[in-house]
Amino acid sequence: MDLQTTIYLVVGATFALYIGIAIWARAGSTSEYYAAGGSVPPVMNGMATAADWMSAASFISMAGLIANMGYGGGLFLMGWTGGYVLLACLLAPYLRKFGKFTVPQFIGDRFYSQTASTVAVVCLLVASITYIIGQMTGVGVAFSRFLGVSSDTGIYVGMAIVFSYAVFGGMKGITYTQVAQYIVLIIAYIIPAVFISLALTGNAIPQLGLGASMSGTDISMLQRLDQVVTDLGFGKYTTTTAGSTLNMFVYTFSLMIGTAGLPHVIMRFFTVPNVAAARSSAGWALVFIALLYTTAPAVGAMAKLNLHGTVNSAVGIESTSTGMKVNAEAIKANADLYAPEASLAYEARPDWMKRWEKTGLLKFEDKNGDGRIQYYNDKTKNEAAKAKAEAAGWKGNELTVNADIIVLANPEIALLPNWVIALVAAGGLAAALSTAAGLLMAISAAISHDLIKGVFVPNISEKGELMAGKIAMALAIVVAGWLGLNPPGFAAGTVALAFGIAASSLFPAIMMGIFSKKMNKEGAIAGMLSGLFVTLFYVFAHKGIFFIKGTEYLDLIGGANSFFGITPEAIGGIGALVNFAVAFAVDKMTKEPPEHIQHMVEAVRIPRGSKAVDGAH
Amino acid sequence: MQYNHDAQGYWKATLGLITKVLVIWFLCSFGAGILFADALNGISLGGYPLGFWFAHQGSIYVFVALIFWYAKKMGDIDREFDVHED
Repeated sequence: MDLQTTIYLVVGATFALYIGIAIWARAGSTSEYYAAGGSVPPVMNGMATAADWMSAASFISMAGLIANMGYGGGLFLMGWTGGYVLLACLLAPYLRKFGKFTVPQFIGDRFYSQTASTVAVVCLLVASITYIIGQMTGVGVAFSRFLGVSSDTGIYVGMAIVFSYAVFGGMKGITYTQVAQYIVLIIAYIIPAVFISLALTGNAIPQLGLGASMSGTDISMLQRLDQVVTDLGFGKYTTTTAGSTLNMFVYTFSLMIGTAGLPHVIMRFFTVPNVAAARSSAGWALVFIALLYTTAPAVGAMAKLNLHGTVNSAVGIESTSTGMKVNAEAIKANADLYAPEASLAYEARPDWMKRWEKTGLLKFEDKNGDGRIQYYNDKTKNEAAKAKAEAAGWKGNELTVNADIIVLANPEIALLPNWVIALVAAGGLAAALSTAAGLLMAISAAISHDLIKGVFVPNISEKGELMAGKIAMALAIVVAGWLGLNPPGFAAGTVALAFGIAASSLFPAIMMGIFSKKMNKEGAIAGMLSGLFVTLFYVFAHKGIFFIKGTEYLDLIGGANSFFGITPEAIGGIGALVNFAVAFAVDKMTKEPPEHIQHMVEAVRIPRGSKAVDGAH
Repeated sequence: MQYNHDAQGYWKATLGLITKVLVIWFLCSFGAGILFADALNGISLGGYPLGFWFAHQGSIYVFVALIFWYAKKMGDIDREFDVHED
């Protein structure tokens, strides 16, 4: 069976499965619609949370990002997992005890203020909508690359699929499809990693393979990678950081609290039966996330070595007709990477390179006209590497590789069977669709529950609210699809903004609502607004006001990264600190929250008496 | 409502546990993975430099263990102060 047919079969089968689940899990009440009836067991909820959390970016881009960044890429690994520790012990159990459907509802009730709730709704909508653009483009990319249809058609199909299970199934339908999507995506991620780890190190477990020796040598994988990349003028893989240590510290911190504050993740903890289940469910979520997140650095490092090996035979990895093979002699001898015949002749390049060249994600330009591919860092500050390149007659780097190829082309590079390639296609789609659905749910709940029921039509019937939720969801899908079809030029920058907003506004407000009994509405609102302001001010200074080109005002803040060398992506953590500081200062100057609010906080802190979630205001 | 056995004692015990969790959370990621990574890289764990391992692998394993340990300890505290769910 040819590759295309196999891909259609595998992807078609997974879609049929998702729709089947949707029909089985239709939501009949608002409780089922917003919180799956509060009846999802912790392990299953953990799996659904993992699928909800791991987006197209985690599945497709993260390993490539790590391959490019080396050690510094660890900030994504630690940042996007460490947030679950905060969720488990600071937020999830208490929000579950509170027993309502949405994050803005908690903030509004706890701070006895519709203003607070409205600020939270706005933060939620901006964070979720910026996040969803990336998912819709991800769906389009995965479709166009694997199914041979246009990216636009891909987005329409994706919208139709999400529509079928999210609108009718609500949180219940989404939860059970996400469980299935998790299983598809994790298998798709791990199988190629296992094959490649086996080929390079003889160890089938990628997490161990990354720390093992290259087959037939006693030189470790990472040691060899360090040797190769430094010799070619790149930074040492195991120690390179993108910015300063302080920036890595703050960036990691921002991603952690941003993760804990993202509404579509928090919402998942309203679906478990009780407080104890909320705690363990966070643990299960992280187990399932860790499976992918501990495999990703192995995929990144091995793919990087494979790529260097493919274009330079002195690296000591050969692509043969049966897959990648380690050339132990070349590694032991630390063969000369700059030898003329070491660079791969362009005409002899493997098929997968030809295929990816067509997509434009892989480009070759023969700068020195020798017909061979020289892949190195031509802007290096490493004098030894510079001198060697010059002596060898290299006239600049000739290969550019888009980071996204790392995961998508992995099975092809390792010459794995067609069904594995098909599985990776299905896995990428599962990752994008599951996250999109979770975000849509958060958006629809904020509109129908917090705005329509909470502000405009307080006495709407349950049936009316359910209908409003479904209409809001349908509209959100159309908007998300439109944004996916016409991605604003700033799409890439906005994901950082989603984390920044969640970190600087939502996380501190929820945390203070639980841990500071005396925190009042004035403090909370002032805190959220100032955290948000600091974050937006710094991000807009670098990227333009609302990401409009030409409106950057770097001079005003004294140049790029002027705040202790912190990049705009990492500023959310500082925004959060400002939020806390302002909130406590304002709180001290204004009067205590009313008695009944303080009692409510006491009640939220104690597990006994947890009830099924309900939406009553 | 029977919240008032020893609500203060319960909350104190809870905060004590959370503090321990956060100290470990901080030490393995921000500590071993970032601030002390260079120093730890002098030590090898198999083929891994130790600081690199904490940043790319170790922290995540510690996080997982930490949440389950917290969930178990929290359950014990709930029962000790008789505020657990049925």
